Amino acid sequence: MRESSPLLAGLRKRIARLAADGGFESRRTEGWLASGHASFDAAIGGGLAIGRCHEFFATDALDATSAAAFASLIALRTPGKAPLIWLRTSDAGKRTGHIYAPGIAELGGDPDRLLLVETADPKMLLACANDAIRCTGSAAVIVESWGKFPLLDLTAGRRLALGARDAGTTLLMLRLNAAPAPSVAETRWSVAAAASHALEANAPGAPAFDLELLRWRGGAAPARWRLDWNHDEQSFREAALSGALLPLPARRAMASHGAAAA
Amino acid sequence: MRLSSVDAAALGVGLRVGMPLADARAQIGELTVVPHDPVLDQDWLDRLAQGCARYSPLVALDAPDGLILDIAGAEHLYGGEAELVRDVERRLARLGMTLRHALGPTADAARALARYQTRPAPDEAQAIRRLPVAALELEAEATTALVRAGLKTIGDLASRPMANIAARFGADAAMALRRLLGDAPSPLDPRIALPPVVAERRFAEPLGSTAHATKVLAELAGEAIEALGERGKGGRHFRATFFRSDGLARSIAIETGHPTRDMGLVMRLFAERMDSLADPLDPGFGFDMIRLAVPRLEALGATQLKLEGGAVRAANESAAIDELADRLATRLGRGRVRRFRPADTHIPEQAQLELPAADAPPPLPWQEPDPGEPPTRPFHLFDPPQPIEVIAEVPDGPPHQFRWRRQAHAVRRYEGPERIAAEWWRRRDNGGLTRDYYRVEDAQGRRFWLFRHGLYDEKPDPRWYIHGVFA
Repeated sequence: MRESSPLLAGLRKRIARLAADGGFESRRTEGWLASGHASFDAAIGGGLAIGRCHEFFATDALDATSAAAFASLIALRTPGKAPLIWLRTSDAGKRTGHIYAPGIAELGGDPDRLLLVETADPKMLLACANDAIRCTGSAAVIVESWGKFPLLDLTAGRRLALGARDAGTTLLMLRLNAAPAPSVAETRWSVAAAASHALEANAPGAPAFDLELLRWRGGAAPARWRLDWNHDEQSFREAALSGALLPLPARRAMASHGAAAA
Repeated sequence: MRLSSVDAAALGVGLRVGMPLADARAQIGELTVVPHDPVLDQDWLDRLAQGCARYSPLVALDAPDGLILDIAGAEHLYGGEAELVRDVERRLARLGMTLRHALGPTADAARALARYQTRPAPDEAQAIRRLPVAALELEAEATTALVRAGLKTIGDLASRPMANIAARFGADAAMALRRLLGDAPSPLDPRIALPPVVAERRFAEPLGSTAHATKVLAELAGEAIEALGERGKGGRHFRATFFRSDGLARSIAIETGHPTRDMGLVMRLFAERMDSLADPLDPGFGFDMIRLAVPRLEALGATQLKLEGGAVRAANESAAIDELADRLATRLGRGRVRRFRPADTHIPEQAQLELPAADAPPPLPWQEPDPGEPPTRPFHLFDPPQPIEVIAEVPDGPPHQFRWRRQAHAVRRYEGPERIAAEWWRRRDNGGLTRDYYRVEDAQGRRFWLFRHGLYDEKPDPRWYIHGVFA
């Protein structure tokens, strides 16, 4: 025991030093990717922290589009022209569908900001992700994977998270058809589609999301929200209860406009 | 099966091109036969041509078994024509090639001399006049007719009036004759066009290591970039060619999204390219020449770097993104790093273009969303659309329930149809069927884009497809 105590003291000192110069959580974040919904942002300390890694799990394989849309919209609603780098494997187009720029434009996002990178396999995906997060100037980097992704172990995840922190880029891991597992992510979400608020004649309304915060390094979890996306204001907002009366004047104006057109 | 080609030893024992294989086997017991593969032959010829680029940048293929080099102004580098020819022979002999060569005042003359010369002659002009008329490479009947008429050599033919030859044997014969005699131009079709900026280095002792070769490449890049700077240009495309002492060469090319004179960037991209090569650069017996060519230039003004201030920082950041795109495109292939551009059509799967980031045109405006309306186009699109089974209440009504990927979805809300007709003005067959699109939402709140392919009066039993998923 006596021999080991100087060793232990040395190790403790080393840990203290590591923690002092940029230990994993000690560095302050440069800002947040905010959703625009005040109570949602406040609950997670301002939004998704920039320079960190955030994970989005699709609750079900069919919720892949909702998860992808939520991650990209929260990145694309930042002002400016900073590109959103989207990495996926080339079989993703067949599984979840090709990213459809006119659809993104109709959601109010700017498709010109998208830089799509397709890799042949998950190994290359990880290698390219490591390069992409070290490149400053992007709005965010989305890494889309399907299934378990065994290559993304704790070491690989930590390397990505450290790279993102050093370069100040935000990494959004889109984990489709996978079960949430421990990782170094700052926040971990489960995203599902929610029933939209019906429009005139029972037409599907604005995109609605069912969000569950599974983990947040900064504090309490889990929590649930139901948000929908307002492309006119480029922000998320509380979803109106399905079937309720039309609460917003914008909707009413639109509905009467629709009636006039009909 | 017939022999398509025989080597010198086979010629010696009496085998000839065109001989049936069975006859040849009967004559020679231990005959080595290799199946004829024209594609591989072409490949090999192309590689030889690449290696011959060391003598002159203008190398043309003369398929299936010839190369034409324009050495005008380049022979002094080897100490004269004879020395240059000896060097070519020596290198090709190392690769096991037997060579028949000729020098001529024009490409066609040199080619004819190499292929048809049988008798020695005091000078080139005489040699050409002594060639047989077969050197004109006319059709067999025309050649026979010429010989029957007593015109056995090019010289015989050249002494007749050109108009008579054209009248008797066709304009082609007259033209071929004029080309051979050098009266008409015989242009070369070089394998690779002459690049505007070239830097190259030759070594007395071949370089045995790739690392050393990379160092030399960096020096060449410095020279090329200096030359670019003098012209006010930047390179978009760089090609390094490593010439091995055995006569073969290997080219490695990189491309950038914007004109550049950044030496560090160019070398990083080359390093990236070399790392991603399936078969690494092999020095073999060593490289004895390295050439860096810049085939594609674009204007690039002088730049001032490293100033304090926001604008420069933004410029640096966008440069960082461009560099990332170039690096990933070099590693993955240029088509795998893409940007989106709108296309002017209402056919959904054609309304977006995914273009390589390196040559995406400047952005065009996208369709603006209607205020207050939910999106009418999906976030994810299936191309091709995936077939589904649909139950509708009335035949040409909206879907009531559908089955996709072995899962049933009950439709709770829908909007439609949005009718999209085929582009009848583009295609002769009226472009196909009309599609009726429905935006539907299922019981779990997922939104899909379905369509019926064809109206009931166009087709008896139209099929349903899912074309996309909404957010």
